[in-house]
Amino acid sequence: MIHQYKLGGYNVVLDVCSGAVHAVDDVAYDLISIYQTTEKDEAVRSVCLKYKDKGVTEKDVLSCYDEITYLKDDGQLFTEDKFEPIAGKLKQKTSGVIKALCLHVAHTCNLNCSYCFASQGKYHGDRAVMSFETGKRALDFLVENSGTRRNLEVDFFGGEPLLNFDVVKKLVAYARSIEKQKNKNFRFTLTTNGMLIDDDVIDFANKEMSNVVLSLDGRKEIHDRFRVDYAGRGSWEQIVPKFQKLVKARGGKNYYMRGTFTHANPDFLNDIKVMLDLGFTELSMEPVVCAHGDPSELTEEDMPIVKEQYEKLAELMLEKDREGKPFTFYHYMIDLSGGPCVYKRISGCGSGTEYMAVTPWGDLYPCHQFVGEEKFKLGNIYDGVSNTEIQSEFESCNVYAREECKNCWAKLYCSGGCAANAYHSTGSVKGVYKYGCELFKKRMECAIMVAIARNFAEENE
Amino acid sequence: MEHIKTVGCGECQTACKGIANQKCENK
Repeated sequence: MIHQYKLGGYNVVLDVCSGAVHAVDDVAYDLISIYQTTEKDEAVRSVCLKYKDKGVTEKDVLSCYDEITYLKDDGQLFTEDKFEPIAGKLKQKTSGVIKALCLHVAHTCNLNCSYCFASQGKYHGDRAVMSFETGKRALDFLVENSGTRRNLEVDFFGGEPLLNFDVVKKLVAYARSIEKQKNKNFRFTLTTNGMLIDDDVIDFANKEMSNVVLSLDGRKEIHDRFRVDYAGRGSWEQIVPKFQKLVKARGGKNYYMRGTFTHANPDFLNDIKVMLDLGFTELSMEPVVCAHGDPSELTEEDMPIVKEQYEKLAELMLEKDREGKPFTFYHYMIDLSGGPCVYKRISGCGSGTEYMAVTPWGDLYPCHQFVGEEKFKLGNIYDGVSNTEIQSEFESCNVYAREECKNCWAKLYCSGGCAANAYHSTGSVKGVYKYGCELFKKRMECAIMVAIARNFAEENE
Repeated sequence: MEHIKTVGCGECQTACKGIANQKCENK
């Protein structure tokens, strides 16, 4: 299976099942598109005819045909998909092993964002904060169930986790006190709206957090439209200086500005530019996740605008590269040479199996986006997973479990997509969130084009 | 004339809250 597209002045050919990426000229682009469906003589003749006024000779086209044949024989073009039989192997092998927890240390928030997927941090339930005892048990539960995994990940999440900062600090101290003895390496992350950032938080985060995710939507008027306090006041003016101070203290690394774009700002590139102007360079801007019919929901009319924004964002990244002012966009950080192995690519994010969310009172859910949906409760941190029926559903989630994904060129980049998005849009964790798919594919096309352009730029230096 | 330029252990990490931009952390 191959995927061909033109973007940013490049003709791109992806060989889906080998992972090979080719940049080709127009002759090769056309020849590849008919290589498998047309006899050699006819293919060469039709391409010669198309390019006869451009100085392309029959010898050129024949030589190009030979290049394609060489790549095919070498397993770099038209590679067959032989992965389906191994689709469940990684999850099977690691069944029962947990390596990552999203710790909901606060089901409460000091902001009242109308688009919040977690219903202003309460997850459709009561306000609550996690006690140290519950958090400690969650960490013990993680260690006990982590098997031979060394790298363990814990994200402090909410609501607003800094509303329970003392417990966060104590939990990190506890984890550090046991990691050597247990031969584990804890990696902590923190997702915050920034309102409570002070020098104490900055010092702590820069010492203990391997990554911090900072919520900022970009332009002040866009940010303050949704991200308001309970008196209805926007938060932009308060949080931007705090974020700038934190990022500067971190040396400008290991953070992400995490924005949300909605129907109100499908032109989100303007928000990215504002973030750059504010001095932030590690950026992530995500489409809103909300209920169907919500006023902030992205519409079909927004789709072409968003796709164009992704393309312009790729151009902006390359432009900034040339200016010597590079920046990072989370979804474009595709690593062509050191990406995940094929088993990981097939099996997906691990929600409900190796990754779970823990509520303030210790219940387990497949991930943070399922918290509050009672039927998805997996069990708790005291007795472990008891709802094996739901867990089996997540265990069997992979690229090949979805008919629509089997023949999709992007399947080994998205790994079948997000189960929560699928459930909320189709009612099944094995459904396909088509709107999200469309955006994902556009992001991948842009990301791969950026990788190609950077490869060419390096060679020309 | 060149027409074409050619450009599990589970230890890898589980921003946005896609697998493509993850790194292998193991060979």
